[in-house]
Amino acid sequence: MNDSTAVTDPIPAPQKNWLGKIRALFLRSETLRGYTLLSPTLIIMAFSMCVPFAIMVLMSFWTQVGFEFDSTLTIANYAQAAERPVYEALLLRSLAISATCTVLTVLLAYPMAYYVAFHVHHHKLVWIILMTLPFWTSYLLRVFTWKIILGFNGVINSGLIGLGLIDQPLEFLLYSPSAVVITLTHAWAAFAILPIYVSLEKIDRSLLEAATDLGDGPVARFLRVTLPLSLPGVIAASLIIFIPTVGDYVTPALVGGPDGIMLANMIQAQFGKVNNWPMGAALAVGMMGIVAAISVIYIWLTRKLTERIE
Amino acid sequence: MKGVSYIRRPNRPLHVYALLYLAFLYIPVLFLPLFSFNDSLYISFPLRGFTTKWYASMINNEPMLAALLNSVKVGATTAVLATILGIFGAKAVTRYRLPGRKPVVFVIMLPLVIPGIILGVALLILMSRMGVTLSLYTVTLGHILISVPFAMATMIPRFEGFDKSMEEASADLGENAIWTFWRVTLPIMFPGVLASLLLCFTISFDEFIMAFFLAGTDPTLPIFIYSQLRFPQKLPGVLALGACILVISFLVVFFSQWLRHRGTAGTARVGI
Amino acid sequence: MSGKDAYISINNVSKRFGPVVAVDGINITISGGEFFSLLGSSGCGKTTLLRVLAGFEAPTSGEVYIDDMAMSEVPPHLRPTNMVFQNYAIFPHLNVRGNIAYGLRKDKLAKAELLRRVDEALEMVKLPGFGDRRSNQLSGGQRQRVALARALIKRPKVLLLDEPLGALDKKLREEMQIELRALQQTVGITFIFVTHDQEEALTLSDRIAVMSEGRVLQVASPKELYNRPVSVEVADFIGQMNFTDATVIDVQNGRAALDTASLGRVQVPVNGDFASKGAQVVVAIRPEMLSLSRERGPQGENAVQGVVKTAAYLGDRSHFYVSVDGSDKPFAVAAREAPTSLTQSLDAGTPVWLTWPDEAPIVLPRP
Repeated sequence: MNDSTAVTDPIPAPQKNWLGKIRALFLRSETLRGYTLLSPTLIIMAFSMCVPFAIMVLMSFWTQVGFEFDSTLTIANYAQAAERPVYEALLLRSLAISATCTVLTVLLAYPMAYYVAFHVHHHKLVWIILMTLPFWTSYLLRVFTWKIILGFNGVINSGLIGLGLIDQPLEFLLYSPSAVVITLTHAWAAFAILPIYVSLEKIDRSLLEAATDLGDGPVARFLRVTLPLSLPGVIAASLIIFIPTVGDYVTPALVGGPDGIMLANMIQAQFGKVNNWPMGAALAVGMMGIVAAISVIYIWLTRKLTERIE
Repeated sequence: MKGVSYIRRPNRPLHVYALLYLAFLYIPVLFLPLFSFNDSLYISFPLRGFTTKWYASMINNEPMLAALLNSVKVGATTAVLATILGIFGAKAVTRYRLPGRKPVVFVIMLPLVIPGIILGVALLILMSRMGVTLSLYTVTLGHILISVPFAMATMIPRFEGFDKSMEEASADLGENAIWTFWRVTLPIMFPGVLASLLLCFTISFDEFIMAFFLAGTDPTLPIFIYSQLRFPQKLPGVLALGACILVISFLVVFFSQWLRHRGTAGTARVGI
Repeated sequence: MSGKDAYISINNVSKRFGPVVAVDGINITISGGEFFSLLGSSGCGKTTLLRVLAGFEAPTSGEVYIDDMAMSEVPPHLRPTNMVFQNYAIFPHLNVRGNIAYGLRKDKLAKAELLRRVDEALEMVKLPGFGDRRSNQLSGGQRQRVALARALIKRPKVLLLDEPLGALDKKLREEMQIELRALQQTVGITFIFVTHDQEEALTLSDRIAVMSEGRVLQVASPKELYNRPVSVEVADFIGQMNFTDATVIDVQNGRAALDTASLGRVQVPVNGDFASKGAQVVVAIRPEMLSLSRERGPQGENAVQGVVKTAAYLGDRSHFYVSVDGSDKPFAVAAREAPTSLTQSLDAGTPVWLTWPDEAPIVLPRP
């Protein structure tokens, strides 16, 4: 290693032209380098969401004439949606079903998440995988399995008849709002568990021991320490379930029947059989707005509540 | 009870509840394979006999095989492109000081909180205004949109757990950004990349809502299944197909989760 | 010695991270073949400066020249520097040979030649035969040597070392210090060494830059830093030092007469404008320059009375803390001789006389 020749690459001479200036700026600015790297992702994502939304909003002010669009701006679609009772009814039903489903799912998932966070000491990974596996299978199939379970000749009915518990199949099981709720609760159960589990897992166990030391029994401890600290996870889980379910049309279509269809089915119809795209756009914008508003209020409310605690 | 701290006392009712809950999660899904072996056109009890004829019929079902191939094509493309975008995004967000990082990440993660129908409708409108015919390409675009947040969410912890000085050492030793990525970043990140590919593929493969809006004449597999649901005699065949998809999805996801957790353990050991 | 023309010039370099100024107006020149250390406690900016040299941070202002070439347009992978990282950054997916040969890809060497060079590098860092090991089979000290070999095999003009010995235990660290110094002298390239351990810097370096809060306090050889620190901060950082406040009574011919708070009147050489007549200064004196005796020595000798506070006998050395009037901190005295009958009975409470040679005290500006 006593060679005196240093074997290095020739250092490029600095360029004085504008290209060189850009290169120099690039080398100096970390922000510039970072954003350049980010740009394909950011541009594609922003473009694929902003532009379509913008056009959708624009289209909601148009009207459908045969197969063409009349692009004179008008709020006729929104007016119609506000006036005709069917839209309001559908909206309310959609919100009710989603809300019920969200509450049920979170309520059912919480004890499960609690169990794995606090009472599983070995092979936690296995439990986590078991809990999340259903998450990754076909949504369509999960909905479909409930169709065959709840059906007239389906699993429950044929099972109960076979066991001699009933004579006639139960009619109310399928094609009703309750069917939609049950199906959605099952389909989204796995989504709720993870966020709740993560926030429960993060709770410092010594806080619970301190609470016990200060006189709290198990119930008080749960209500005063565990529950408040797990609230972020509960909020996350609620939103993860509520938002997509409001816009679900597959489940109502398969198990909802005429009494169970939701707003999303109406929207889908506008782009299908009814062929009134501007109306569909208006309904979509309306739904989006209401969902966003509810989410913001929900988050704000829970922030207010947790601020008192923190 | 000896040796277990007070906070960690076992709780029998909760234990039972957990098992019931797991049953609730899995049993409905298990009916699919159960009835796919049932020798009857009707999905009801009692079971009529074991048969594999529904599975056999799948092999000759040309439209189904075509739809399956379409889903594979869309899934693979989505996986690769979404993962690439996810890698760029994750690296940019974790390795560089970016002003405005939070809003940027929020925008990229936005598809997670938007109902699929809204995304589908919006993209449909865009495509039609741009005069683009609906096809598997438009479906792929939609799928990339919803997969990128997942890819980023998989990649970001990977990059954060991966020592920055490795890449700096590579640069210090003479490799430019591209060579550094190829020789150091990618090999070390490989389990995460693989997990992201599998994850995005699965998301795309099973996705129905957006595909329904954005597909043209070539259906993806979920669209095909949906179309079969109105024909009672096709039902068991659909069950067989469904059972196959279920098993394969399970295997793929299990494998990717295992990879994900194995990979992080390995690099954590080495990162001094 | 090779690489003499590789000299480094850091011109007024500053680096800001948002509102935080990590490095402020640094001016240093480093000669080829020098073992140069950046010394300071954590947060002083030494690592940031090193990374600016390596190219991982671009300076907010100022310029770095290596071998008369401006580095501002040269990205890290093209600079004539190589770095040994604090946590070694050994690639986990390559074995030792793969790691060491990593930087040679562009040279497109024949396989035989490549292997020969890697073996040569392994010999140099005293890890012969380690080529096939994987990184998780190496100890901390071994990893450090692999990192060294990986950098040196590229024969850079400048080697940058970021606290490379920090993670090693004391004995290993001392061994590695000796080896590093020997290595640097064999290879003959410039080493820039970052550390917070002043003993380490004093042992290894040709020159040291003492840094604090982003600024350079003093650049000098270890001997000069020790004997002629330019400020209280530097004096306190390097080795142990006793301080007492003083006022300048008179200055003549480069010598000042000072009235000190605890050492009486002293006369010492001074340089620097701060020591003008009437100025408030600080007088500093090293513990090993002070001696203890029971009786007052001959007249004219520098002497002051005190009481022993604590005494520690450390085998070949003795350490005393003596409280003296006029100073709230006791004076540290280090006696290098073995305990004699004199020092053996200097327990706490014994009154003693502190004496020192004329040229021992140093005058420093009051901070």
